[in-house]
Amino acid sequence: MSDTPALELKQLTKRFGDFIAVNRVDLAVPRNQVVALVGESGSGKTTTGLLALRLLAHDGGQILLDGEDISTLSQKQMKAYRRRLQVVFQDSYSSLDPMMTLGEIVAEPLGIHGVATAAERRDTARGWLEKVGLDGSYANRYPHELSGGQRQRVSVARALILGASVLVADEPTSALDVSVKAQIVNLLQGLQADMGLSMLFISHDLSVVRSLADEVVVMLRGRVVERAPTDRIFSNARHPYTQSLLDAVPVIDPAARRRRTFLSAEEITARTPRITASDLVAEPLLDTADPQLVALAGSHFVEAIVAERATP
Amino acid sequence: MRLVEIDDLHVSFSQHEGLVQAVRGVSFSLDSGESLGIVGESGSGKSVTCAALLRLLREPPARITAKSMQLGGTDMLTASSRQISAVRGRVAAMVFQDPMTSLDPVFSIGHQLAETIIVHRKVSKAEALAQAAAALHRVEIKNADDVLRYYPHQLSGGMLQRVMIAMALSCEPDVLIADEPTTALDVTIQAQILQLIKDIQAETGMGLIMITHDLGVIAETVDRVVVMYGGKVMETGPVQQIFSAPLHPYTRALLNSIPGQVAGKRRLTEIPGSSPNPVRPPGGCPFHPRCPMAIAACHQVTPPLETKVPGREAACIRVESELVPA
Repeated sequence: MSDTPALELKQLTKRFGDFIAVNRVDLAVPRNQVVALVGESGSGKTTTGLLALRLLAHDGGQILLDGEDISTLSQKQMKAYRRRLQVVFQDSYSSLDPMMTLGEIVAEPLGIHGVATAAERRDTARGWLEKVGLDGSYANRYPHELSGGQRQRVSVARALILGASVLVADEPTSALDVSVKAQIVNLLQGLQADMGLSMLFISHDLSVVRSLADEVVVMLRGRVVERAPTDRIFSNARHPYTQSLLDAVPVIDPAARRRRTFLSAEEITARTPRITASDLVAEPLLDTADPQLVALAGSHFVEAIVAERATP
Repeated sequence: MRLVEIDDLHVSFSQHEGLVQAVRGVSFSLDSGESLGIVGESGSGKSVTCAALLRLLREPPARITAKSMQLGGTDMLTASSRQISAVRGRVAAMVFQDPMTSLDPVFSIGHQLAETIIVHRKVSKAEALAQAAAALHRVEIKNADDVLRYYPHQLSGGMLQRVMIAMALSCEPDVLIADEPTTALDVTIQAQILQLIKDIQAETGMGLIMITHDLGVIAETVDRVVVMYGGKVMETGPVQQIFSAPLHPYTRALLNSIPGQVAGKRRLTEIPGSSPNPVRPPGGCPFHPRCPMAIAACHQVTPPLETKVPGREAACIRVESELVPA
């Protein structure tokens, strides 16, 4: 069962009133891999992360942790699974309690899960502060004494101290300065490799994603519109929305300046790829003319209209 | 024509932690039609520099000193509040990062745009509304008549930033100062707003100061760059040369740390440590605690910003010996 994904979302759906924030989203984070969930504000990427963590109630679909359906568990039953499934948020200022020392913050999950004695918990917390690149003496300091990058290191230590195997990281580097962003990306990458972590990395920053992710999942208005290995997304994006996202990224070369043409939402919809059945590696699921996520060669999925059906 | 001339600007704030030295001897100038990027991280002093130029800071707690601070020929250090008001909007207009907090939620877009126009142009309300509609057309808002009736909450972040740009341009300023105008926006909207600013600059010939933490925005929009760190200017020069052959080790480190420049999963080149404490800035060069090239002298000597290559300045005592080919 080694090919069972560490985290899998199947047809996950969330409505707020009439608004469908997350619309039948399928994605899988294979073990020891980083899957990036990208999209713009309002795309549903953060909501998807909260649903996966069971921090927000979903309206349909399933969440599987190591192949086990956790989507119907009560919050009390979820507690045991939270040791394996953890989170780092964007804003380390509001996600760290200003009244607690960093040692207490990092050790708190151990206490909640009743792991070890108080003295052992203190030592473990110190060890984790060092593992994320902070001096053990920081255990006695408070969040306001730290820079944004240092606070994000504390958030990472707290998330991983219980030995989590799956980490949901929601824009963990977005609030950071350029010069410390690379530090946190490297920290996550190092821990991911050392601990065999599987990570759902939610971000609007395609540059960070390119350096960190194995696979990229692109969301638009609650739907996954494209999903492919990172190199393929950057070299051979098929969906017009993915293409427009990539095209909008500033180029770090003044000599390469160019005028861009911008597509409206309607133009993007109108350019939904038409794909002939011969391009597909698997039969489409639905027998309809609506756009659907179809599988192309190279583990590449794109929302497309299937122009002609293969003979059965 | 020289629009902006700043010589040895210092800005500090009295706070209970002590004296925050936000800007420590910044000098630069801008000519009409020129576009200048000021790039730096949070706490580098880039926004405070421009807020001081327009005298937007509350004094005290802020304290502004300089050998000279000219904006459109007005000495902004000694100008009366009446003279300062005359300069704002007409000579220099500013666009901020967060359009939602720059606009008043209880007044319509048309009301707020017309108010600005009436204050500066002394025209009738009807004439001001007509000019407001024209200003919205200019920033490529197609349904301008509808948008005039809207309230800020009815518009997206990108549309609000267009409105802010329209407002800033409504008095035809000689220089537009844009302080992180696209930082709060999605990447596709950012690209549209940057293109709009560039187009309007090319069309009107106004000067542009683009303040940003994002080297990508700099690479896309300006001709000349000022790199700031720890309240000081580290390097200045034409944009092409800053990117192709940075002089200062800080600029080089920043460029090297940008993720996603090449394909493939990889470790990034990081800059160790964190930004300097503005209450107790390090002695000597502010970057020396993080600089891979620092020597003992860098701890003691504050390097002057001096010409290293024609048209390019850097504040680094290590630049001659290591970087510039003879």
